[in-house]
Amino acid sequence: MKAMDAVQKRLLEEVADLHDIPEGAYNLRANGESVGRNTTANIDIQSKTDRSGIDIRIRPGTKHESVHIPVVLSESGLKETVYNDFYIGEDCDVLIVAGCGIDNCGSQDSQHDGVHRFFVGKNAKIRYVEKHYGSGAGSGQRILNPVTEVYQEEGSTVEMEMVQIKGVDSTQRTTLAELKEGAKLIVQERLMTHGTQQAYSVYKVDLKGSGSSADVVSRSVARDQSFQKLDMCIIGNAACSGHTECDSIIMDSGRILAVPSLEANHVDAALVHEAAIGKIAGEQLVKLMTLGLTEAEAEAQIINGFLK
Amino acid sequence: MLELKHLAFAAGDTGKNTEIIRDLSLTIPDNRFIVITGPNGGGKSTLAKLIAGIEKSTAGQIIFNGEDISGKSITERAQMGIGFAFQQPVRFKGLTVLDLLRIAARRQLSVGDACEYLSEVGLCAKDYIHREINASLSGGELKRIEIATILARDIQLALFDEPEAGIDLWSFSNLIRIFENMRNDSGGKTIIVISHQERILSIADEIIVLADGTVQKQGPRDEILPEIIGTNIAVNACHKLDGKEAAE
Ligand SMILES: Nc1ncnc2c1ncn2[C@@H]1O[C@H](COP(=O)(O)OP(=O)(O)OP(=O)(O)O)[C@@H](O)[C@H]1O
Ligand SMILES: [Mg+2]
Repeated sequence: MKAMDAVQKRLLEEVADLHDIPEGAYNLRANGESVGRNTTANIDIQSKTDRSGIDIRIRPGTKHESVHIPVVLSESGLKETVYNDFYIGEDCDVLIVAGCGIDNCGSQDSQHDGVHRFFVGKNAKIRYVEKHYGSGAGSGQRILNPVTEVYQEEGSTVEMEMVQIKGVDSTQRTTLAELKEGAKLIVQERLMTHGTQQAYSVYKVDLKGSGSSADVVSRSVARDQSFQKLDMCIIGNAACSGHTECDSIIMDSGRILAVPSLEANHVDAALVHEAAIGKIAGEQLVKLMTLGLTEAEAEAQIINGFLK
Repeated sequence: MLELKHLAFAAGDTGKNTEIIRDLSLTIPDNRFIVITGPNGGGKSTLAKLIAGIEKSTAGQIIFNGEDISGKSITERAQMGIGFAFQQPVRFKGLTVLDLLRIAARRQLSVGDACEYLSEVGLCAKDYIHREINASLSGGELKRIEIATILARDIQLALFDEPEAGIDLWSFSNLIRIFENMRNDSGGKTIIVISHQERILSIADEIIVLADGTVQKQGPRDEILPEIIGTNIAVNACHKLDGKEAAE
C-alpha cells in the first residue's frame, strides 16, 4: 500500500474513524486511484474494467465481517465519478463503511460523485455508514454528489447512516430504494450546512412487497446563509408501512425546504410523514443556561445532541 | 443569604401592564429549608424565575450573598451557585440523561457517579442513563431527572418548582426523603421548594405564603402551617374542582 500523507490520514480519520489500515476487507482510494486493498475469504473486491469503480461481492452467509471503502481527495481540481457495486449474498450480516473526505486548499473545484448500488440478497442484513467531510481554506469548492441505489430481496434489512456535518460546499445526494416482501429499510440522515453551502437530499423509496417497511429519518441544521432541500418520497405499492421524518433546526439566515411526499397505491399501505422546522427552542437554551452554560455553549450542546 | 428588596415584575403589552410580582421583600438566611405555597397564579413560579434570572425584575433588587445580582444573566447566577428545577422540565431531542447530568455537574461525571444521582431520585440507573430526554419519557420520570440534575450540581441555593407534581404516591415518600437528606446535610445550602403538599410543608423550617404577587404570610412552620391547613390555600385546586362539579 502506498503511504498516505498527513492530510489524507486526517481525512480518513474523519470519514471512517480510521487511524490506519482497517481490519477486514477494504479498498482505499486517494486522489483518483486505488492505494490499498484487502480481500478476505468471504469478501472479494475487483476493479471494474469498463469504468472507474469496484465490484464488492460478499458470499452468502457471511456474518460479522466488515468492508471499508473510504475515498480521500487532497488535490485541488480533481473531479471523478466512481461506480461501486455491492453484491450481498443471502443471509449475510455485514457492516459497510464508505465515506469521502475532500481537502481543497486550491482555487479549483474538487468533486467526487460516488454511485453506489447495493444488491441485497434474501434475509441478508447490512449496516451501511457513510460520512462526508470537507476541509481546506482554498477558494475551490468541495463538491460531493452521492447516488445510492438499494435493491432489497425478500426479508432483507438495510440500515443506513448518512452523515455530512462539515465542509462540503455543494451536495446533491440521491437515495433510491426498492423493497421486496418483508424487506426493511432504516435510514438515519444527519446534515449540517454552514456559510453559503447548499445541500439537496432526495429519497425515493418504493415499497413493492407486502410486509415491507421503511423508516427514513433526517435531522438537519442549516446555519449562516446555507440552504437545504430535503425531498423525501415513499411509495407504497403493497401492504406495507412507511414513515419519514424531517426534523430541522435553522439558525442565523439558514433556509430549509422540506418536501415530503407519500404515494399510496394499495389500500393496506400505511404511510406517515412528519416534518418540523424551527429555531432552537428558547426554553432549551434557558434550561442549559440555568445549569451554568453560556448561551453559545448551550447552543453547541443542543446541536451536538440533535445531530448525534 | 438571599434578600429580595421591593421586587416587582410586570408582564404584558405596553399600556396593559399587569404586575405579577408587587413590592415583594423577603430575607432568606443560609442553611434553611423554605417552602413557598399559595394559590395558583399567585406568582410563585414567576418569583423563582426572577431569582434564577429567567425573568428580569422591573423594579427592586435581588441580593445574593451580599451582591446585587439583579442585572446578572442566567448563566452568571447559575455559576454563582443558584440552581432551579423547573415546574415543567424541558425535553431535548438527542441529549441523554447522562449528557444532562454531565452538563449539570460541569465535569466528565463517571457513569457510576451519574447512577448515584438517579438512584437517589428512585430511577433505576441502567434503564435511564442512556435514554434521550425526549417525548418518550413520562412526566414523572422527567421531573425526577430534573431533580437529579440539581443534585449533581454544586450549588448554594436550590429552587424546586412543584417537584412533587406528577410524582406517584409511592415515590412521594422517596421525594420527601430526598429533601430531608438535602436539609440535613445542606452544608450551608438553602433550599426553596414551591409546593402545595402538606407533607412537604410539614418538613419546612419556614413557610412563605405568596398570593397576588406578594408575601401574605411568612414565619416558622409551626406558626404558619396550622393557619393554612384546611383553608383553600394549600388544597386550592381540589376544593374548587369539587365545588364546581357539585354544582353541575
Ligand atoms: N409572561 C407572562 N405574561 C403574562 N402573564 C404572565 C406571565 N407569566 C406569568 N403570568 C401570569 O402571572 C400569574 C402568576 O403566574 P405564576 O406561574 O408565577 O403562578 P404560580 O403561583 O406559579 O401558579 P401555579 O401554582 O399554578 O404554578 C398568572 O396569572 C400567570 O398567568
Ligand atoms: Mg407555578
